[in-house]
Amino acid sequence: MIPAPFDYVAPSTVDDAVRALADAGEDAKVLAGGQSLLPVLRVRLAAPTKIIDLGKVAELRGVREEGDHLVIGSMTTHYDVQRDPLIAEHAALLARATDTVADPQVRHRGTFGGSIAHADPAGDLLAPALALDCEMVIRGMDGQRTVAAADFFEDFFTTSLAPDEILVEVRVPKHTGWHAHYEKFNRVAQAWSMVAVAATVRTDGDTIAEARVALTNMSSVPVRARGVEEALVGQPATAESIRAAAEHAAEGTNPTVDGNADVEYRQHLARVLTGRAISAAMAG
Amino acid sequence: MTATIEPEVGKGRLRKEDERLITGRTRWTDNLTLPGLVHLAVLRSTVAHAKIVSIDTSAAKEMPGVLAVFTGDDLDPEGKIGMPCAWPITPDMKSPRRPVLAQGTVNFAGEGVAVVVARSAGEAEDALAEIDVEYEDLPVVLGLENALAEDAPLVHEDLGTNRNALWVFDSGEAGSGGNVEQAIADAEVVVKRRFRQQRLVPAFMEPRACVVDPTAAQLTMWSATQIPHILKTMSALTLGLPEHKIRVIAPDVGGGFGGKIAVLPEEIMCLLIAQKLGKPVKWTESRSETMVAAHHGRDQIQDLTIAAKRDGTVTGLKVELLADMGAYLGLVGPGVPILGAFMFNAIYKIPAYHFACTNVFTNTTLTDAYRGAGRPEATFAIERMMDELAAELGMDPMELREKNWIKHDEFPYTTVSTLTYDSGNYEAATQKAMELFGYEALRQEQRERRERNDPVQLGIGISTFTEMCGLAPSRVLGSLDYGAGGWEHAAIRMLPTGKVEVITGASAHGQGHETAWSQIVADQLGVPFEDVEVLHGDTQSSHKGLDTYGSRSLAVGGIAVVKATEKVIEKARKVAAHMMECSEDDLEFSGGKFTVKGTDRSTGIGDIALAVFAAHDLPEGVEPTLDSEAVYDPENFSFPHGTHLCATEVDTETGRVRIRSYVCVDDVGKVVNPIIVEGQMHGGLAQGIAQALYEEAVYDESGTLTSGTFADYLLPSAADLPSFTTDRTETPSTTNPLGVKGVGEAGTIASTPAVVNAVVDAVRQFGVNDIEMPLSPMRVWQAIRTGEKAAGGPGAEAGGGLGSIDPAHGGAQ
Ligand SMILES: Cc1cc2nc3c(=O)[nH]c(=O)nc-3n(C[C@H](O)[C@H](O)[C@H](O)COP(=O)(O)OP(=O)(O)OC[C@H]3O[C@@H](n4cnc5c(N)ncnc54)[C@H](O)[C@@H]3O)c2cc1C
Repeated sequence: MIPAPFDYVAPSTVDDAVRALADAGEDAKVLAGGQSLLPVLRVRLAAPTKIIDLGKVAELRGVREEGDHLVIGSMTTHYDVQRDPLIAEHAALLARATDTVADPQVRHRGTFGGSIAHADPAGDLLAPALALDCEMVIRGMDGQRTVAAADFFEDFFTTSLAPDEILVEVRVPKHTGWHAHYEKFNRVAQAWSMVAVAATVRTDGDTIAEARVALTNMSSVPVRARGVEEALVGQPATAESIRAAAEHAAEGTNPTVDGNADVEYRQHLARVLTGRAISAAMAG
Repeated sequence: MTATIEPEVGKGRLRKEDERLITGRTRWTDNLTLPGLVHLAVLRSTVAHAKIVSIDTSAAKEMPGVLAVFTGDDLDPEGKIGMPCAWPITPDMKSPRRPVLAQGTVNFAGEGVAVVVARSAGEAEDALAEIDVEYEDLPVVLGLENALAEDAPLVHEDLGTNRNALWVFDSGEAGSGGNVEQAIADAEVVVKRRFRQQRLVPAFMEPRACVVDPTAAQLTMWSATQIPHILKTMSALTLGLPEHKIRVIAPDVGGGFGGKIAVLPEEIMCLLIAQKLGKPVKWTESRSETMVAAHHGRDQIQDLTIAAKRDGTVTGLKVELLADMGAYLGLVGPGVPILGAFMFNAIYKIPAYHFACTNVFTNTTLTDAYRGAGRPEATFAIERMMDELAAELGMDPMELREKNWIKHDEFPYTTVSTLTYDSGNYEAATQKAMELFGYEALRQEQRERRERNDPVQLGIGISTFTEMCGLAPSRVLGSLDYGAGGWEHAAIRMLPTGKVEVITGASAHGQGHETAWSQIVADQLGVPFEDVEVLHGDTQSSHKGLDTYGSRSLAVGGIAVVKATEKVIEKARKVAAHMMECSEDDLEFSGGKFTVKGTDRSTGIGDIALAVFAAHDLPEGVEPTLDSEAVYDPENFSFPHGTHLCATEVDTETGRVRIRSYVCVDDVGKVVNPIIVEGQMHGGLAQGIAQALYEEAVYDESGTLTSGTFADYLLPSAADLPSFTTDRTETPSTTNPLGVKGVGEAGTIASTPAVVNAVVDAVRQFGVNDIEMPLSPMRVWQAIRTGEKAAGGPGAEAGGGLGSIDPAHGGAQ
């Protein structure tokens, strides 16, 4: 299908982009990799009058170190996240989750920031961002603000970004040396997650010292599996202790129902996949 | 004699057509541009069943670039035009008129309601939003049994019923076998099952498109169709146009799978509007339109009863079908389930057989041919049934099949449904498949996994299938009330330089005819493969044909090519005898040369072609041409068969199914090109496996298709499929000179039951004897948990997760 007509600008700095967005008013939309926005435009579920393409804003691309944080530019592509040595070392969970996103074509165009801003509850990068306690750095005409992942995702496709704000970067606390795994369950290789589990664990000898676990598509927003985390900490990393902890995975979740899964099945999957995610993380 | 050239038939040639297809350097209907071309966009009903109270097109007409907006009444004020159905399966079949655009009522969500004509495709689409349609809801009829219930609301009030037709075959009445009721009453064992064939979307790669140029010498239509010849004749009949004033061209067409065997309202609309405006018009659908408006496939409820002796001998089979036609009848829609009627008895000697099919109208997209058309449904049901009977008897399912199948020395064999299978060797194909599969070792592993209660259980599924294809002997089609014959046409043009043009009435849309026909002609005429050009799909060059479907192209069209080359050789023989001053009887033709027997004097076919072109010295009464044509009407179907074996691993904790290995040994007779055969098998297997595990068109209770995108309608990719082990046995067909059978549908027909049998086998110990297709992880998990077949999902909502464009979720933020 053919999108409704729109004006198009491609600024080269964040300042220009923010100004263009503010000038255009409510009907403007930011374009990142276009992998979610273009389908929406093509089926005419949205008809913004102005598109502000961030593709030429070089400062939004790339990964850098800032003390005990990594800073990932919002326009960094999935492909680059998968291969970035800093991410591999300090936030392996993000790379593992990104491996499961779509296919190589989509990963070459789609961006980390675009996925976060789009806030699809079935998107694979929200739960890892939550598990790692990421912070979203947001710029608008009134300047810059930072929002914790736990507060950023508000509902299906809804975040705390105002219409005239841009997500510029994501700050990731370093999780150096943590084991990580993203366990995704879908029906065909290219599909979105029915349920997925992001798990990252720090061990001290044979004991689990710290654990971060978050779930994809178990609610309108990503869900932190606190019950699992608490049950794991201080336990020996055995099959029994992992299984016992995973039993808490579905607590507090409120998943949707669709043709692939009802609530009971999704909650069952959450428990099974949580156990597998933690075991795989430990093994990896 | 002097032929030293390696035969082309049998060679694994890469396909001639692939370079242009793969690089996109070809012409599809949609990338055709003509001077003054205008574009159509169709407004489609969002509701499944409603009266149209009013359509206000005034605002749309004011939109930029818009030339006209038409409703059904504008295009057909008298309400006389109806899309053709060529297969009235019974004399009393109910046929509602399917208009070009809805008139008075809409009968399924997706039916066209109005059409915008604009200077650009974008402007046409922009204007759709400005058309205001007021609907008054009518009760929506969904589900086969609901539609047949007493007091059910009607899809078409004027028909007085939702029943389209009842078609029955009974071996007792036909004299081809016994009485089924008797067989059931006398049986030592009776097994009954109900299977559901879910609704599928053909999902061809290129969406449908049509261009009509009314300014050309003939009214010229380009269409992404499988059936340019039928379309030409049907367009003439539908609109009362003189047939000789119409030319139809199917340029390169990106797949069809039966989904492009149709005469579309949009094609008729293009013809009408182009003539009205005197301008060339183009219609190209979006994928969203394909999903709701292009015909769907399958959608049956199958009730089977099988009767047997304790030793496994099958004594009778009763089949009762309900088949969903959707809201209207497609070109061959009502006949699709009837094609299955002859295949439920499959490869088995079944002494008594009864088949009854009730076709039903509902407020859904119409159904029609989809790869296999009727035969996958039949094969699924009987092959599932054989496994169920084996389980009931405590017999190995292969042993049960072997006990009942036709032995290789019993061919030709006339079945209980009156077909005569010319040849086959089920034992040979099965033996080879069992060896490749490692049947015994897998059974052993299955036992071990069961014993140790492994969370991953193993299952083995069998499908020993045959199918009737190569559609079809015209007299058989006539006896089935089909509206056309089943012959095919071919012609050969011998060019002065010795090159050859082959004209075929088969209409390739991805199959590789250009390559296979070139190989056949190269051997027949002894010319190089590269010297043969195959022309097809344009009624101006290929004026006669019945097109491509039902695995007919090679087994019918390919034979016509052979017959045409034989005529060329006979013509050339006369000239060669004259040129070499000998008697025709003294000549032998081989390797492209006529040789005088017992000498080394010879003349090549190219030299003869040049001599004929010059025509300076031809024998008395000989026309100066070698060109020849032939029309071949087969005397029988062809009956490919094969043994497919599938091993699946079922994760009992999640219900996920993984195909561990898939082995098939197919017998498609003589093979012209093994690479093409392999390709057809792989694609067919993927489609059949997809029905078993992934694909399903789902409607919600309001009649909205909820699986309307490829995020919700799940198509597998290579990543989801195992590496197939394919092999062959070659039992030539005895009914055609090449010994070939069809291969286009074999993989799709055979594979679905192999996969479902394997999954059910993996979890049978939990009390499961069926799981509805597609076998989604949730259904499998629920079946294991409840120990019974778990039908349906929790809701009719699709859930692939293109949440990203779900309007209920507000789209992107
Ligand atoms: C076939 C296919 C399969 C896919 N499968 C998966 C999958 O398995 N898992 C998965 O997680 N994702 C999947 N995706 C989505 C993919 O990951 C997208 O890349 C992602 O959802 C959006 O990123 P984008 O850069 O393309 O954003 P865009 O599509 O350009 O934008 C998405 C939305 O976010 C807004 N936006 C983008 N960037 C910013 C910013 N910096 N500031 C403010 N707003 C912004 C846009 O305005 C728009 O509303 C798939 C996509 C496709 C096409």
